[in-house]
Amino acid sequence: MPDSAPAALPLQRHSHRRTHLRQLESEAIYIMREVAAQFERPVLLFSGGKDSIVMVHLAYKAFHPAPFPFPLLHIDTGHNFRETLDYRDWLAKKHGAELLVRTVQASIDAGRVQEEPGPNPSRNSLQTTTLLDALRELKADAAFGGGRRDEEKARAKERFFSHRDVFGQWDPKNQRPELWNLFNGRKNPGEHFRVFPLSNWTEMDVWQYIAEEQIPLPSLYFTHEREVVVRDGVVLAVADCNVVLPGERSETRRVRCRTIGDITCTGLWESTATSVEDIIREVAGARVTERGGRADDRRSDAAMEDRKKQGYF
Amino acid sequence: MTAARTANPYLEMDLLRFSTAGSVDDGKSTLIGRLLYDTKSIFEDQLEAIERTSKQRGEGYVNLALLTDGLRAEREQNITIDVAYRYFATPKRKFIIADTPGHVQYTRNMVTGASTAELAIVLIDARKGVQTQSKRHGFIASLLRIPHIVIAVNKMDLVGWSEDTFDAIVAEYTEFAEKLEVGDLTFIPMSALLGDNVVDKSTHMPWYDGGTLLHHLETVNVGASRNMVDFRFPVQTVVRPHQDFRGFAGRVTSGTVTVGEEIIALPSGRTSRVKEIVTADGAYDEAVEGESVVVTIEDEIDISRGDMIVRSRNLPTVTNRFDAMLCWMSAEPLDPSMRYIILHTTRQAQAFVNEVIYRIDVDTLHREDSPTLGLNEIGRVDITTSQPLFWDAYARNHGTGSFVLVHPHTNVTVAAGMIRGEVKAAPRHAAGSPATGAAPAAAAGTSGATPSASPDAAQRVSPGVVWDDWNVPRPEREARNGHRAAVLWFTGISGSGKSTIARAVERRLFARGCSTMLLDGDQLRHGLNGDLGFAPADRTENIRRAGEVARLFFEQGSLVLCTFVSPYAVDRATVRSILPEGGFVEIFVDCDVETARRRDPKGLYAKADEGRITNMTGVSAPYEAPSSPDLLIDTRTSSEDEAVERVIAYLREHRILGT
Repeated sequence: MPDSAPAALPLQRHSHRRTHLRQLESEAIYIMREVAAQFERPVLLFSGGKDSIVMVHLAYKAFHPAPFPFPLLHIDTGHNFRETLDYRDWLAKKHGAELLVRTVQASIDAGRVQEEPGPNPSRNSLQTTTLLDALRELKADAAFGGGRRDEEKARAKERFFSHRDVFGQWDPKNQRPELWNLFNGRKNPGEHFRVFPLSNWTEMDVWQYIAEEQIPLPSLYFTHEREVVVRDGVVLAVADCNVVLPGERSETRRVRCRTIGDITCTGLWESTATSVEDIIREVAGARVTERGGRADDRRSDAAMEDRKKQGYF
Repeated sequence: MTAARTANPYLEMDLLRFSTAGSVDDGKSTLIGRLLYDTKSIFEDQLEAIERTSKQRGEGYVNLALLTDGLRAEREQNITIDVAYRYFATPKRKFIIADTPGHVQYTRNMVTGASTAELAIVLIDARKGVQTQSKRHGFIASLLRIPHIVIAVNKMDLVGWSEDTFDAIVAEYTEFAEKLEVGDLTFIPMSALLGDNVVDKSTHMPWYDGGTLLHHLETVNVGASRNMVDFRFPVQTVVRPHQDFRGFAGRVTSGTVTVGEEIIALPSGRTSRVKEIVTADGAYDEAVEGESVVVTIEDEIDISRGDMIVRSRNLPTVTNRFDAMLCWMSAEPLDPSMRYIILHTTRQAQAFVNEVIYRIDVDTLHREDSPTLGLNEIGRVDITTSQPLFWDAYARNHGTGSFVLVHPHTNVTVAAGMIRGEVKAAPRHAAGSPATGAAPAAAAGTSGATPSASPDAAQRVSPGVVWDDWNVPRPEREARNGHRAAVLWFTGISGSGKSTIARAVERRLFARGCSTMLLDGDQLRHGLNGDLGFAPADRTENIRRAGEVARLFFEQGSLVLCTFVSPYAVDRATVRSILPEGGFVEIFVDCDVETARRRDPKGLYAKADEGRITNMTGVSAPYEAPSSPDLLIDTRTSSEDEAVERVIAYLREHRILGT
């Protein structure tokens, strides 16, 4: 982390054997530097989740001792956990990074999108418009995402450099082949790229890396008491944007997040994990994928593919 | 990352990237599903999802293939149409699978998946045996220089777990693979559907004493394709936080470098020393292949993205022209008049494809003449770039030997290439222009203007034409001889008339005052090749040596007449490849086996019939006829005199002989 003093450390000796985490780290740093070199105005999409936290850490390492040369962009749905926003502000300050926030509320107010009718509306699909508007406004030509290929079947074929047309759409049939370490970021005006430096990481790799690098995390990832409601088998936090509906009953449980997204769709897990090591043990024994707790993926077997074609993260 | 701080075994795991190729019905998706399932890499919700889908589709079992068929279009058509990446880990190793479809039209995906793989699994359906596409997969794996190939002989349950079936496939594929550059070939009989020999040892095949697929994946040597010798550091970007720090960020493509070592910056040719190797984890004393670091140097040298830092006594080749294998990946065919964009290391330039030297039929491995390359076609090409590139041959260094071509209008990646070497002096250039393929003179030449440049280095940076190595260059010898040098390669079965014609041609040429030499198979086998037999590998070596000998006489300015059965197209292609364009004349002396048997000048057919010779070409060993020889002589219809006239006429037409 930046507060360590590199000059004070002894020279590092190391064997020529490469462990897989080292290779993944080096690959991600390589990708980030390629983006900084090939694009004019990249941004790093920061969601507050552990993957984007790891990305900020990697960005710091990639350009050390210089600050990383791109801002953080957060698409705020207004349904975030308070802890996420506090952590976000702290992290940006710590790295001296520029933080840009664009809100779904502003898109609703401007009539760009419409809130879903009914109680506890999800803003998950609305954020796509806010994101695309923000990229256009900022003239961003590349946006880092924390997506990993192990998360979901549709992501298994995603490229490191994923081309998006002028409508921000992804065409799964027309992706550029990606060979060796040669990344083609050439594009026409108005087009942009999503770039996924963590493509080859698994959930376990991310957690092991967080432990090894001692990266601080938001408290949401560790067990805490919270008022929750169980809806369609998913444990959700009770909040202003996610109220208890008639016929439901709230209760207090000891829970934690495995992924962090909107309050309305982030499934919470009963857990006693108080440290990253505890979490690693939990992940190793887990029988359900981390996205298994996300209500938005369950709608159809091809749910992710549908959203990606429209320009989802 | 801080070095080995704890005893966490997860931090000690290494990584194996492998590719899988097989057709829709070979059971590839099932095999991957089985690997994921039996290593407990599948979560309950993923399993539930495929159980649900299997049921909806009315399948009576849980279709493990559904785990890997990602995109909806593919699911509906039951095919995988793009490279998909899968991940699993065992306590020993993490694995990244590049899952590539095996359809004929998807060669590009196989090449893509193979480009980062260290091991390739080729699936063969035991019921069908070795298919054309099993060979194609092996060929692509060898083209991409994947060091380990596993032939997964699948569906053994459907052939009654038959050892004979397995052995026949092993024999056939081994023979084929001898024509390829394959380091390590392993055969494993299995049933992915039932799980035999994938993760768990089969109880159905007691005759197989090898390991399971997973055991092989966990224990195979990784890093075989790492180059730890040649330090190459392409600069990605310059890190400059303040006036007093200027560092060059990049990932070490190959080799190692230590603090204090003398380096040279390309293309400027200026030298300095490594001052520091900077990382966020502290300073390193050494940077090793694969590591992303920032390097600072002692002197103020102008270095930017696309430049390369190398060790001063170990330089890559610097030219703007080279010879490469190219896989075309776009529906729009290669256009020789197009200025493509070439991406090579961190460098970009414009590139022309001067010429398609030949196209390879990936099914037969035959070379074919073709003015262009279409989608999924592979060929050897001659490329010129607008700026010099700093490269090594792909066989030696994947990182500095690989490139892609990008279409300048659509920005789509249209081709992937592997550099073979320099363009050897082709006839049209050999005539005297010393600058052949060597615009580097301009590149390295600038070092002459920079005082700190090492003149010694500058010379090696621009090695120029390879043939300049000969003390008396061939063009001078040719000028004195009054004719050009050429290798006339007579191929055909025993008794076809190769030697008879070649001997008569040599006499005619010699009588004209030409410098000639005749090499025939028997002569070489008595001496130089006395240690070789007639097995496929020996035949290949026989021809390789013959080709090298022919090349020496060629460089000496002679017309070299070679008479070798040379039954394998790929061996003949090898000889062609070591000679400059136009220097190799393939003469196919054709006649049917029955005619040759009647002639039987050496009594070989008689011996073969009595069983005293095995591996007799045309009888018990194959002959691969040239698909497009430079000259075809059918000795059933041509007399000896006519044949000789045709050879002489060919030499005149191609200006090898004066008129």
